[in-house]
Amino acid sequence: MTALSPLRIAVIGSGPAAMYTVEHLLAAPGIDVSIDIFERLFAPFGLVRYGVAPDHQKIKGVTRTFEPLLHDPRVRLFAAVEIGRDLSLDDLARHYHAACFAAGAQSDRRMGIPGEDLPGSLPATTFVAWYNGHPDAATLAIDLQREAAVVVGVGNVAIDVARILVLTPGELRRTDMPRYAIDALEASRIREVHVLGRRGPAQAAFTTPELKELTALEAAALRIDPAEAALDPASAAELERSPDRTLARKVQLIQEIAAAPVPCRPRTIRLRFRISPVELLPGDDGAVAAVRCVRNRLVATPAGAVAAEPTGEEETIPAGLVFRSVGYRGLPVPGLPFDERLGVVPNRAGRVIDPATGSPLPGRYVAGWLKRGPTGVIGTNKPDAAETVRCLLEDAAAGILPAPPEPGPAAIEALLRARGTPWLTCADWQRLDELERAAGAREGRPRVKFTSLAAVLEALGRAATAPPRP
Amino acid sequence: MKLAEVLATKGPGVACIAADAPLAAAVAELAARNIGALVVTDRAGAVAGILSERDIVRAVAAGRPLDRLTAADLMTRDVICGRLDDDLEPVLAAMTEGHFRHLPVVDGGVLVGLVTTGDLAQALLRSLAGRLVTLELRLETEIDQSGVGR
Repeated sequence: MTALSPLRIAVIGSGPAAMYTVEHLLAAPGIDVSIDIFERLFAPFGLVRYGVAPDHQKIKGVTRTFEPLLHDPRVRLFAAVEIGRDLSLDDLARHYHAACFAAGAQSDRRMGIPGEDLPGSLPATTFVAWYNGHPDAATLAIDLQREAAVVVGVGNVAIDVARILVLTPGELRRTDMPRYAIDALEASRIREVHVLGRRGPAQAAFTTPELKELTALEAAALRIDPAEAALDPASAAELERSPDRTLARKVQLIQEIAAAPVPCRPRTIRLRFRISPVELLPGDDGAVAAVRCVRNRLVATPAGAVAAEPTGEEETIPAGLVFRSVGYRGLPVPGLPFDERLGVVPNRAGRVIDPATGSPLPGRYVAGWLKRGPTGVIGTNKPDAAETVRCLLEDAAAGILPAPPEPGPAAIEALLRARGTPWLTCADWQRLDELERAAGAREGRPRVKFTSLAAVLEALGRAATAPPRP
Repeated sequence: MKLAEVLATKGPGVACIAADAPLAAAVAELAARNIGALVVTDRAGAVAGILSERDIVRAVAAGRPLDRLTAADLMTRDVICGRLDDDLEPVLAAMTEGHFRHLPVVDGGVLVGLVTTGDLAQALLRSLAGRLVTLELRLETEIDQSGVGR
């Protein structure tokens, strides 16, 4: 066996970017690879499981593309193992030729306005994690006994949040949402959801199918002000120049919805444009009670894009819940450089770059949101991961990957055992998946998720030997 | 997609040269880095101009005394700068129409990177490829669930 046969690779994370990385590595011709996937949670697939909305089961179905990769004999899963907590970067360097970090963006961007931290104001990503049964969010108490909510942002996450807030019990019970979330949403008193877009219809990041869905809800009507749906001159010029017909179709649909009669339904989603929050105002109980907003005009930037500029004209929207959905944000990986401004690991086409020298750090790679920032759809990660894998394989062929002192596959297991770190394997995940689906079948739902490691270990009969960690 | 995303995978740092640097130093820098333009900065580090290979070609063609020129003598002044938050597609359209290939990117007045039309086109292609993959995934799911093709 040569030093590079097999090429031992650690992939950190198991969401779309990680799984596409694995797929491209396995498909590489003429190279023998051995891949260990490290996932900090007990279940794989990252935002497919914990980010995609629970009423979007068809999109969650992408896991059928990823599942076979976990069963490939060249791949092992180490779930419930966190890099930076259970294993260090030095540990990875001792056992692998290369490590590819694809752990996503686990934080959110802030609005940077007064009142942002009042009770009742939270990141949309926290709410998304909560209604998806993410173990870090499963124990949160989210107060839905308010009449109005504001969602700041007009990406697909914002649209998901608005839609989930107005689903009927019938709609909720067809999802794989955890019971605590279904109960809280069924008892919700929310009647109005305001979705605020800083710029206009032509710049909204949501996609047309997600918008259409808002017009077909059982108990909620979508309302758009025709004046706000109209294009300003800067946006009209932008649309005129764009070859993207899907954008023109989206703007047309927004204007059609604005012009159509609004159906009479008990709940309303108001989709707003050219309006930004400037302050969250507290009520008598100290929690958020209203959002002070400013209307914007749109102007062309020097480079030809369209930006929002406050007009000074204000409006206050009463709301007891505010979800900021202005983007995810990457978190630094202990031991790796981090670009605070962009919220990514500094890299060139996926090779991690040491900012001090401008040179690549040998054997360190990055893919997905940690590489390019939190944008794009699931499929964006496929070409993204392909680029990173190309760099990794070029470096392997060029002989510049550092040789690990302990490349044997058993060595990393021995290390984890020595540290008392339990991990879940692919077989464990298969069992959990079966248990979740079986529990779902009993309720006529796609699955009922485990939401804590303790429950998982108990279900696997491992509670006695593996004390749960926080 | 925003300019921030294009910059994210280009690596940190921007190739810069001082306004009073001799042209020979600029040419050496362009050759060493295998790039087509340098951001010219003033003494305070602010963007003073852009010096591209085309500026140099024009000077050579005009028979100007290259050994006596500085970066500032040949640079394009009145540079248009982009912002991290600018959307990629309209910027690419503006650069194509305006025939400028290099765009310094600033954030809060600080130079944070440089993108070229090539960078933007590549990012756009990647984004479109990603949308295509997503559409294919959706289509496969629809076909699997509808039973078509079984």
